Amino acid sequence: MKYIDEFRNKDLVQGIIRRLGDLAAPALIMEVCGTHTMAAARFGLKSLLPAPVQLVSGPGCPVCVTDQYDLDKFLALGEQPHTVLASFGDMLRVPGSHTSLEKQRAQGADVRFVYAPLDAVDWARREPDKQVVFFGVGFETTMPTTALAVKTAAAAVLDNFTLFCVHKTMPGALGALLAGGEVKVSGLLLPGHVTTIIGSQAYEFIPREFGVSCAVTGFEPLDMLLGVEAILRQLRGGRPRVDNVYRRAVQVQANPRARALLDEVFQPSDALWRGLGVIPGSGVKIRGDYAKFDAQARFAPILAQVPPPPPSACRCGEVLRGVLHPQDCPLFDKACNPSQPLGPCMVSSEGACAAAYRYER
Amino acid sequence: MCLAIPMKIIQIDGVQAVAEVDGVSRQVRLDLLPGVGLGDYVLIHAGLAIAKVDAVYAEETLSLLRSLADEVY
Repeated sequence: MKYIDEFRNKDLVQGIIRRLGDLAAPALIMEVCGTHTMAAARFGLKSLLPAPVQLVSGPGCPVCVTDQYDLDKFLALGEQPHTVLASFGDMLRVPGSHTSLEKQRAQGADVRFVYAPLDAVDWARREPDKQVVFFGVGFETTMPTTALAVKTAAAAVLDNFTLFCVHKTMPGALGALLAGGEVKVSGLLLPGHVTTIIGSQAYEFIPREFGVSCAVTGFEPLDMLLGVEAILRQLRGGRPRVDNVYRRAVQVQANPRARALLDEVFQPSDALWRGLGVIPGSGVKIRGDYAKFDAQARFAPILAQVPPPPPSACRCGEVLRGVLHPQDCPLFDKACNPSQPLGPCMVSSEGACAAAYRYER
Repeated sequence: MCLAIPMKIIQIDGVQAVAEVDGVSRQVRLDLLPGVGLGDYVLIHAGLAIAKVDAVYAEETLSLLRSLADEVY
């Protein structure tokens, strides 16, 4: 496949691995994005890196950082009559406190998965007797797709489509993580596809305020190795900055159309992250003009009755902060495994624990 | 979840388009990318084209990688 196969070429991998050997120095590099975590595990990149260079997973798996209470509330709506729970398939098996979308579907709830969020708007249009609630999980990459769904529902004057918005934004979370100081990273591989929407300039504060080197990075093995190389070069030069090694897709500026679409439908809000708590300004909520499409507002009386999640032994929060490696979790491959996952990092296709279980055991 | 696949645009009708990869075609939306034309490669995420793949920069990156692979040690 064009623009994929070339960036997996083994001969070219050998060349850059030699270069990394020349630059090698002790470095803890966080791959922020869940798609990076899975690519690194799948292609065995950790074993290719020179020994002093370590990769650690960060908070960039949207399924994983979705708070348990938010998930429990969405799942509770499945018990309402004539209600369709619509979601990306990534959420299927993620355990809530008492159930999951998969279990609810087995028990007869109307649970459906989309290719695009606009599919859920089509279902609402064709089935006016149903309430279709879409679970809006995801970072900036995904937010324009749900914004488009809300706008389309508004244009069609639908009163049976709502968005349960748990979107989160990347720069604020990275700032909070670095300010927390729990994990001492020397560099960040930044999420290339989020950055197609927000532009690489959105991260300029990271080298400036935290002295951490950054590389906006694509998702093929050669892209990721180039990201590591850029960070090692910055460390050697002692001048942290934001390099962009994914120039075929990412620009310095935000995509103006995406920015306008997001600003029209959403406004910044605080957001609750699994493992990180509430981070000011790190999420969005539906703006006033589109408030009637806000599921948390429409179903507020029902959601208010959902009890807070009971305590759990799950330590996904520490994994998401980069302070606990999956294999060091006492539950890993014992009480928690892909067929009986206790936490989202083990079940998400991009979770650090799922990647470690599948490729690094 | 931030996966996006490079696909080739093979049909355009306003903001609606059809994109193709490996013989599989999909309906996609071009709302974010005015000026995309037939034959262009775009990154598709959940039915939406989020970026045009820049052929010049792609080749520049590959040239850099080839020069690293050709270095004599």
